Amino acid sequence: MQAISIHISQDPAVQYLLRIGDTCLILAQRLSEWCGHGPVLEEDIALSNMALDLVGQARAVLTRAGQIEGCGHDEDQLAFLRDERDYVNVTLVELPRGDFAFTVVRNAMVATLLKLLWERLATSSDKELAAIAGKALKEARYHQQHAADWVVRLGDGTAESRRRTEAALKTLWRYTPELFVADAVDEAAHATGLGPRWADLQEAWTGEMAQILAAASLATPNESAFRSTGKQGVHSEHMGYILTEMQYLQRSFPGGVW
Amino acid sequence: MMAEAVARPDAAQSPDARIARAWEVLDGVPDPEVPAVSVCDLGIVRDVRLAGEGLEIVLTPTYSGCPATEAIERDVLAAIEAAGLGPAHATLQRAPAWTTEWITERGRARLLAYGIAPPGPLPPGTEVPLRFMPRATAAPALACPRCGSLQTERLSAFGSTACKALYRCMACREPFEHFKPL
Repeated sequence: MQAISIHISQDPAVQYLLRIGDTCLILAQRLSEWCGHGPVLEEDIALSNMALDLVGQARAVLTRAGQIEGCGHDEDQLAFLRDERDYVNVTLVELPRGDFAFTVVRNAMVATLLKLLWERLATSSDKELAAIAGKALKEARYHQQHAADWVVRLGDGTAESRRRTEAALKTLWRYTPELFVADAVDEAAHATGLGPRWADLQEAWTGEMAQILAAASLATPNESAFRSTGKQGVHSEHMGYILTEMQYLQRSFPGGVW
Repeated sequence: MMAEAVARPDAAQSPDARIARAWEVLDGVPDPEVPAVSVCDLGIVRDVRLAGEGLEIVLTPTYSGCPATEAIERDVLAAIEAAGLGPAHATLQRAPAWTTEWITERGRARLLAYGIAPPGPLPPGTEVPLRFMPRATAAPALACPRCGSLQTERLSAFGSTACKALYRCMACREPFEHFKPL
């Protein structure tokens, strides 16, 4: 038996959903790496809990993507049998987890994005997606609050916590232009009412991030000329390692269940 | 023929009686993670209706990633079968999204007796773009489920499950969990 990779439709609606589902799934994988390694027990639990919410959101969205594609792919096949180039998460979420400052700054950035996205998706023309978003929105709000709280605590904390938070922000900010790049997938979703163009979320995202960073007495970094391309399936060097670990069991024991 | 004299299975009773009995049975199914309350107390069971020959149990998950969702579905169907009310199947209904407002008064009393501070009113939703986590000074005081003191503080935004946060009481020095309003 071999676990042969599946290939997925380039249909824009399917791709739009995969970007959301993959972003949730890969961040969940990164957050779950903290299990047993959190700086304090409470945050160990918090990071695992947020990972669990994100896995739940990813499962629902990937299931819906499979239904819309109509080729019989379920959530497990989509998660475990796609190759790197067929994953379309934002590059930001696949970067190694780094230190705790890196993790909370990234969480604040991604949770703010997802919160704004779920808000708009709650009125999607796709009723199933709207229902998923209605639930996920409540969770994303809590994640954003929790992450923002920590950005403030670390940014406005000790000299060491501030140094680490600034360093994390500087590295992560280079990956923000990708979040709001306009393309045909977003245009199609906007035209059919499936969901917003991510570019249309940029103003609100920038405003909320500025609010968090101001409370943390941190300066918003300048925009970088660097452009990452995870949403197009072209990933950083870190992506293959995540998939290798995440997909190992299903690749070695195809169809294995608990 | 005396067909009506033949002992009828429960499943052949009137639809209304069968549905009413199903609600009674479901009210005895404990939540797998907080067994002090039933799945009905938590408001997870949204509807019980007749679908063809069988019963359709409509369930709404509490959190997207709640690992108990599948266990609840299994427990609910097993209880219905055991009571002779089958066949039955469960339908997952995501909208409207579950809220702690659906937890019954009896459910809240049971949570409190179990040592979990029940959820208060919903936090302000979307009127402010960003709300930082309430601290002990800013948040409305939460009463300790053991001694009733209002001198409590939040230790952790997340608890043993996604639906709870961890607090401690400064008066009796005991930690306790709080079912987060959602």
